[in-house]
Amino acid sequence: MQNPWLYIGLFLVVGAIIPVVPIVFSALISPKKPNKIKQSTYECGMETVGDSWVQFRADYYIFALVFLVFDVETVFLFPWALSLKALPIFAVFEGVLFIMILIVGLVYTWRKGMLEWA
Amino acid sequence: MDATQVIFIVSAALIVVSALMVVTSRNLVHAALWLISALFGVAILYVLLEAGFLAVVQVVVYIGAIAIMFIFAVMLTRRDMLDKGPQVNASWPVALGLCLLTFVGLGFLLSRFGDKFSHLPGALPPNLDPLLALGNALVSPQAFVLPFEVASVLLLAALVGAVYVARNHK
Amino acid sequence: MDLFLTDPIKMVYDWLMQLLTGWGLPGAVANVLLILVGIVVLIIVAMTIDIMLVWLERKVVARFQGRLGPNRVGLFGLLQPIPDIIKLIIKEDITPTGADKVVFNMAPILSLASVIFLWAVIPLAATVYGADLNVGLLYLVAAGALGTLSIIMAGWASNNKYAVLGAYRQVATMLSFEIPMIAALLIPTILASSLSLKTITTAQGGVWFFWLSPLGALIFLVAAIAELGRSPFDLNEGESEIVSGYHIEYTGMKFGLFFAGELLHAFTFGAFIGILFFGGWSFFGIERIPGLGWMASSPYFGAVAVLLKGVFFYWVIMWIKYTVPRIRIDHMLAFNWKFLTPLSFVLLMVTAMVNRLLQDFANTPQWPIYVGGMFLSNILIGWITIEILRVYGRKQKAKEPVHPAAKSVAAPSAGHH
Repeated sequence: MQNPWLYIGLFLVVGAIIPVVPIVFSALISPKKPNKIKQSTYECGMETVGDSWVQFRADYYIFALVFLVFDVETVFLFPWALSLKALPIFAVFEGVLFIMILIVGLVYTWRKGMLEWA
Repeated sequence: MDATQVIFIVSAALIVVSALMVVTSRNLVHAALWLISALFGVAILYVLLEAGFLAVVQVVVYIGAIAIMFIFAVMLTRRDMLDKGPQVNASWPVALGLCLLTFVGLGFLLSRFGDKFSHLPGALPPNLDPLLALGNALVSPQAFVLPFEVASVLLLAALVGAVYVARNHK
Repeated sequence: MDLFLTDPIKMVYDWLMQLLTGWGLPGAVANVLLILVGIVVLIIVAMTIDIMLVWLERKVVARFQGRLGPNRVGLFGLLQPIPDIIKLIIKEDITPTGADKVVFNMAPILSLASVIFLWAVIPLAATVYGADLNVGLLYLVAAGALGTLSIIMAGWASNNKYAVLGAYRQVATMLSFEIPMIAALLIPTILASSLSLKTITTAQGGVWFFWLSPLGALIFLVAAIAELGRSPFDLNEGESEIVSGYHIEYTGMKFGLFFAGELLHAFTFGAFIGILFFGGWSFFGIERIPGLGWMASSPYFGAVAVLLKGVFFYWVIMWIKYTVPRIRIDHMLAFNWKFLTPLSFVLLMVTAMVNRLLQDFANTPQWPIYVGGMFLSNILIGWITIEILRVYGRKQKAKEPVHPAAKSVAAPSAGHH
């Protein structure tokens, strides 16, 4: 059987090109009448107040950080989960230990109040 | 010149060009997006090395978590704080000379290895399922179970450190 | 003819291969060409399903809201998507001033592309699938990561406060709910011992994974709805709050791509729930009836089964969307990090332990012990969770101060009788 990654590679190329087709089609057909009012930023029909930069709350960054740690953890768990059937029973407990150590981390983060949306 | 070599050269070119654009882009978000393109090129290299699992993990962890964190961090800056000055400073000829010297030196050193670079990695044994072998290696006491558990402690340390640095010290 | 019934793709492939090599093309080039043809066909099928989903969505939302929905264009309004598409194509494409043109244009393309990429690994039948990747489940998560990226790009490039706010909140949601989703995905991995979607489906030949882990299916459903950005987690499209979030500055076909991408994403996740937990292409066990075996195991019925399950779960997702009000962002993040993530990890640990202990009974005449044990462990975890929530809820209620109006209402009625 041929390499499935060849299929995936070609799929990525074709799949990235296909959504461009309707856009190009639309760009050929649609009218183009740029106008300063039409192109102004939309703020419920009024003039914009202040520039378009909102204070980025640090809370978003904290959640992204906690997500990163747990994402790496779950990536480690994938090979463990795959070979669980064929391994002796203490392998289950090694994985459980891994998860418990990171649940301790989650509880620590919770208790320190980092999971609150201040 | 077979297909694997062509794909390797294309993805290597993608990585080098993207990395160059990361460093020289004036707009920070554009730099982050070029970084994503470089990471994607690395994922393609993993596929060429028959490490499909690592390729997908690269996309999930690097592009899906770390690159998004970079973009969040970049968005903390104001939009009009683009880099407006010149991209090079006054001593750029010296830097260029040193780079060329290093390149020639490395090229000479690598060419002394002879033809050890001219073959592809050996084929995996046919009955080996790489994912099952990886899972086996991660939990068997003769292999990597201790690094596996220490990795979780390392992640815990990273989490605790980040929480400590980021919280409001009252 | 036999091959036509059991493996139509191989039949077409062999025939075309003979044709092309007969014309003188070298084998490798012909192979790549045939793969490209297959990919284009698959993507066209996915986009056709997408177009029909527009009709389905409008009809179902209308019925939920007590009205008729589209019924003018074609019989039952079935041709309604066509005027919709024509309308979107002929609209003018307005790019706001100050928007970052390259990123602004790339975002909708990446958004739809990330959904199309998912179709490469969906097995519609035992012999009808794109590629049988040995890391299919992780590929699913990776394509979701690309979708998340397209949202940030859209929000940032639009040069608009509301777009940026909507994009931040949406991405925070999607990132947070990926953890319980991946933990729920680890459960079919443990049960089937493989990451490949085709192997997971064939491993459900005996009993569907839903019976082995109903709580896992439920967690995956909830996390998938959050990943899709559908209500009740649609902070992005807070129509009453931030007027369309990151979609604000997009007009015409670019908005169409976002919209179509979202619908197709919902349907694809419906199909994934069907494949991962509800048996995929197996037609509810009909193929085990002797005599009907040939019919039910043919790829045509398998594909129909997968698509029907996809439509059913898409309907469930829509049902939830049009019934439940939107959740506030802090409630939603608390729900994820304080409830769903610990629950999904506890479920994962318990499933791993119970599965390992009972797996010797799996394919033997004592299989009810295995199935019953797994099912009961899930019910036990669910019951313990509800008890914990109940105790916690009572404590919270006891801490609430009694509203002063309630005291004055209670007092007169105490004196009446």
